[in-house]
Amino acid sequence: MHVRRLELVDVRSYERAAVELEPGASVLIGPNGVGKTNLVEALGYVATLASHRVSTDQPLVRVGADRGVIRCDIVHEGRELLVELEIVPGKANRARLGRSPVRRARDVLGALRLVLFAPEDLALVRGEPEQRRRYLDDLLVARQPRMAGVRADYERVLKQRNALLRSAYLARKVAGRGGDLSTLEVWDHHLAEHGAKLLTARLALADALAPHLEEAYRLVSAGQGKAVMEYKATATPTSILDELASVKDEEIARGTTLVGPHRDDLLLRLGDLPVRGYASHGESWSYALALRLASYTLLRSEGIEPVLVLDDVFAELDTGRRERLADLVRDAAQVLITCAVEADVPQSLHGNRYLVQPGEVHRV
Amino acid sequence: MYEGAIQDLIDELGRLPGIGPKSAQRLAFHVLSADTTDIKRLAAALTRVKEEVRFCSTCYNVAEAEQCRICRDPRRRDDALCVVEEPKDVIAIERTNEFRGRYHVLGGAINPLEGIGPDQLRIRELMARLSSGDVSELILATDPNTEGEATATYLALMVKPMGITVSRLASGLPVGGDLEYADEITLGRAFEGRRKL
Ligand SMILES: Nc1ncnc2c1ncn2[C@@H]1O[C@H](COP(=O)(O)OP(=O)(O)OP(=O)(O)O)[C@@H](O)[C@H]1O
Ligand SMILES: [Mg+2]
Ligand SMILES: [Zn+2]
Repeated sequence: MHVRRLELVDVRSYERAAVELEPGASVLIGPNGVGKTNLVEALGYVATLASHRVSTDQPLVRVGADRGVIRCDIVHEGRELLVELEIVPGKANRARLGRSPVRRARDVLGALRLVLFAPEDLALVRGEPEQRRRYLDDLLVARQPRMAGVRADYERVLKQRNALLRSAYLARKVAGRGGDLSTLEVWDHHLAEHGAKLLTARLALADALAPHLEEAYRLVSAGQGKAVMEYKATATPTSILDELASVKDEEIARGTTLVGPHRDDLLLRLGDLPVRGYASHGESWSYALALRLASYTLLRSEGIEPVLVLDDVFAELDTGRRERLADLVRDAAQVLITCAVEADVPQSLHGNRYLVQPGEVHRV
Repeated sequence: MYEGAIQDLIDELGRLPGIGPKSAQRLAFHVLSADTTDIKRLAAALTRVKEEVRFCSTCYNVAEAEQCRICRDPRRRDDALCVVEEPKDVIAIERTNEFRGRYHVLGGAINPLEGIGPDQLRIRELMARLSSGDVSELILATDPNTEGEATATYLALMVKPMGITVSRLASGLPVGGDLEYADEITLGRAFEGRRKL
């Protein structure tokens, strides 16, 4: 799969810009703050309907405009597909696939498979469990787009169940009564049913991913320690109902759901030590990069050729590791690399070079 | 801001679901420039709908009399009852011609986020109808989304002990969707392939 053309209208720092891309490596070069990440962020948005930098849509739309449009031509197995997303902050996105509008923007998921590494990914290893759950879930959707539905169903049931617990909690606090929990059993069943699907998928993914992580870390680290991941669950796929029953009183007392995949974590270790709280900056950074590279090599091993984006990666690596990373991505269907200093990207990585200037991009 | 009657009309239209300020303004000026007889007919229809249409005392579908057309129809089967969320779902299922029994309209679905529990729906009325003993099959045709599924499960759990066969529309309906938007063929097939709960 590769992106043949990317067009932005009123997105971030771009009023109107388009760039034609080719398979293989493309290096986007330009000084700090010129708009390199803005370009690849837009591609990430097409792939996941979310930015890797911000959680709301407002910053994605150019200051002064009221909506932004991302257009992206994707070539997959010889066929070309146009995806168009209109971002209107505070409203549902509008999307088109090919010539036709789709009913929900979610229907464009799967059109562009993309793995993106950016400096923000340091939060994968240093941040809260939520970051790691999102890492797994985004990868689940990249492997099987229908998982977007499983994830959305689970989140909706969870929201409803929390609302019910919350109202019971408030009724008790304010009126001293128990509140109406007559539908709790129903929500338990649905939470367990959707939770089991999500959890089973995550467990299988963590298993498949582990060897790829170990290999990727070996490649990009200076060579100390072995990267190990372990999925830490609050229940097994078949025990969610039982676990819910055992925390029921506490859930009512606290007004929130305490068991299920939304409370799980992905434990990351380097040798015997956890990465979070123990690893050095360099180790943490390499680990985060290895997590993304592991996503990439896993998808490739399953016959999916995602587009790879490496934002600001080479500057952080020494010469030996630069060459090893270049070797890994050399035969990628498409890899987009951003850097401020061209010399940081090994000469041996052939491909097009693009110069990014304020509001525009040109091939050199 | 316009003054007087035209702004009043824009404000009223703007309170309708799915109509934003811009559409409200467009509609209001359309009304202003349209034929007087057309607008009189529209105004009369608006008044009549509140005066003459009420909810059927048996199934809570919209009706022009004490009972709706379907509840009054002696040719319909009394032993099969189909539960839906809204009157518009009755219309959608009637279009498929697959079902010859009776309906019960809940008036929504269980939705804690919006403060809707069993007491806010016509579930007690449903139980009263079922306890009469005429119904042997209950078909749960709530929307195929989170709230509709939860409502179906809730009803299934309540009705199970009564010895009534409970079924749910077969999948094939797009998940996360609304019943009323499903096309006849899909909905008809879903009806045919309904599964026991
Ligand atoms: N919504 C927006 N409207 C206008 N300009 C924006 C918007 N959002 C970000 N910018 C501008 O975009 C620039 C940042 O672009 P970007 O993050 O792509 O830089 P970069 O080329 O990746 O830089 P670095 O090398 O430092 O990572 C900033 O100057 C910022 O002011
Ligand atoms: Mg950047
Ligand atoms: Zn009736």
